[in-house]
Amino acid sequence: MSIDAKLVGARDVHVHYGEAHVLRGVSLTIRAGEAIGLLGRNGMGKSTLIRTLMGHLRASRGRIEIRGQDGARMRPDRVARSGIAYVPEGRAIFGNLSVRENLMVAARPGTGGRDDWPLPRILDTFPRLGERLDHGGQQLSGGEQQMLAIGRALSTNPDVLILDEATEGLAPRIVQEIWRIIGTIRATGIASLIVDRNFRTVLANTDRVVVLEKGLVVLEDRSAALAAQPVELARRLGV
Amino acid sequence: MDFATFLVQCLNAVQYGLLLFLVASGLTLIFGIMGVINLAHGSFYMIGAYLAFSLAPVFGGAFLPTLAAGLVLAVIFGYLLEWLFISYLYERDHLQQVLMTYGLILVFEELRSILVGNDVHGVPVPGWLSGSIQLGDLMAYPVYRLVISGVCLAVAALLYFVIARTRLGMMVRAGGSNREMVQSLGIDIKFLYRVVFAAGVALAVLAGMIAAPVSSVYPGMGAQVLIVCFVVVVIGGIGSVRGAFLAALLVGIVDTFGKVLFPQVAGITIYLLMAAILLWRPEGLFRQG
Repeated sequence: MSIDAKLVGARDVHVHYGEAHVLRGVSLTIRAGEAIGLLGRNGMGKSTLIRTLMGHLRASRGRIEIRGQDGARMRPDRVARSGIAYVPEGRAIFGNLSVRENLMVAARPGTGGRDDWPLPRILDTFPRLGERLDHGGQQLSGGEQQMLAIGRALSTNPDVLILDEATEGLAPRIVQEIWRIIGTIRATGIASLIVDRNFRTVLANTDRVVVLEKGLVVLEDRSAALAAQPVELARRLGV
Repeated sequence: MDFATFLVQCLNAVQYGLLLFLVASGLTLIFGIMGVINLAHGSFYMIGAYLAFSLAPVFGGAFLPTLAAGLVLAVIFGYLLEWLFISYLYERDHLQQVLMTYGLILVFEELRSILVGNDVHGVPVPGWLSGSIQLGDLMAYPVYRLVISGVCLAVAALLYFVIARTRLGMMVRAGGSNREMVQSLGIDIKFLYRVVFAAGVALAVLAGMIAAPVSSVYPGMGAQVLIVCFVVVVIGGIGSVRGAFLAALLVGIVDTFGKVLFPQVAGITIYLLMAAILLWRPEGLFRQG
């Protein structure tokens, strides 16, 4: 797969929640191997955009492309089977399944039959999970649940990993650990779309950043370029 | 009550409880995993009994082929029913679910009346299972009733294995926990629900088919079993197959011994049991899983 291969694309996407016009023409492209940061204040449409890409919400206008196919009417399971893995805000661990079962329930080869993330490799990446394989999902700490959610996503051998609020509510030490893991995953060539509140860390761990404001892309540039204008970014993000 | 009578009542209680489990396990799965209150579930039990009656002549009275054909038909029927009707109910509220599934009861009863009539029918016990086992000098117990218990236990063990030990079972449990996340992981939840519903129908049909020789086949038999099965599901904890198993046995024991020991209040003993358990554990004996 060439580095320019477009895996996910949104073009002029509009989404409504009833009367509320939440996305007002957002365009975004995720290419193979690329790490993108998605930033914005609360309520600016980040999660809405992700849920629309994943097929959980329908765009009222615009075009979604998943591997070149029309994704606007694609069911979420078909989006996922196209190599797009999702770690939602709140993690959505299956509390009634054990850690092992959470990691096995959706495990499958990726596109082209790749099996880069068998269970032993996931446990090597997240040694804490290996110690708690037979515990129930609901028994884990927040950090462990986030690791489990990422491990569960990796078990599907994705080409794109979408992380919504990657480190929300976690202790600083765990946040560091999660970013180290995200870096490891990035190095394997999996493309990523990462939402996180800490914009400096996002800039340091991505190739490109997109900033949403009131349902519109108001800033998009290379992460390195945006890192050089922290005042403008902080103003946009209200920090 | 002498020991032999006590033993016979115990066996009856277990057999009745296990039969209830077959019906209630499907009901609790459909309710707990898919979120659908299916009032038509008792009708599947009735359909099973009528299938046993109608298919027996087709297979020359051979028990096992009749059972196998009935189960195949039940799976197909359940799959189609989910696709044509139940799949529209997931996003609807409980009132609409109740209205549609109540409508299905009326349709099934009417179809039964048109196709088979309104008479009470008997289904003979298979010849090779028609013997009895002697319990003491005066009491005997029918082999067929023991076979019912054996079949139910085997199905319960299979159900436990599938739900607790297989990938399909993991998906079903995950679907009960978070439907949207299951979809986000690439699992086709619509197909999964269709399989769960078809399995639930097949379990109820199986219960009706094997119960037919001991309970006879009559109009309205589905409604009777549905109410008791809802009691089982509520006692066991909605969505819990393990809870349904324990609750079904409890209901079987309380109902059977209630009729023997307190015949004046036999009609309300299981509801008293339900009230007592809900006072102790409002969510039922087990949580979903």
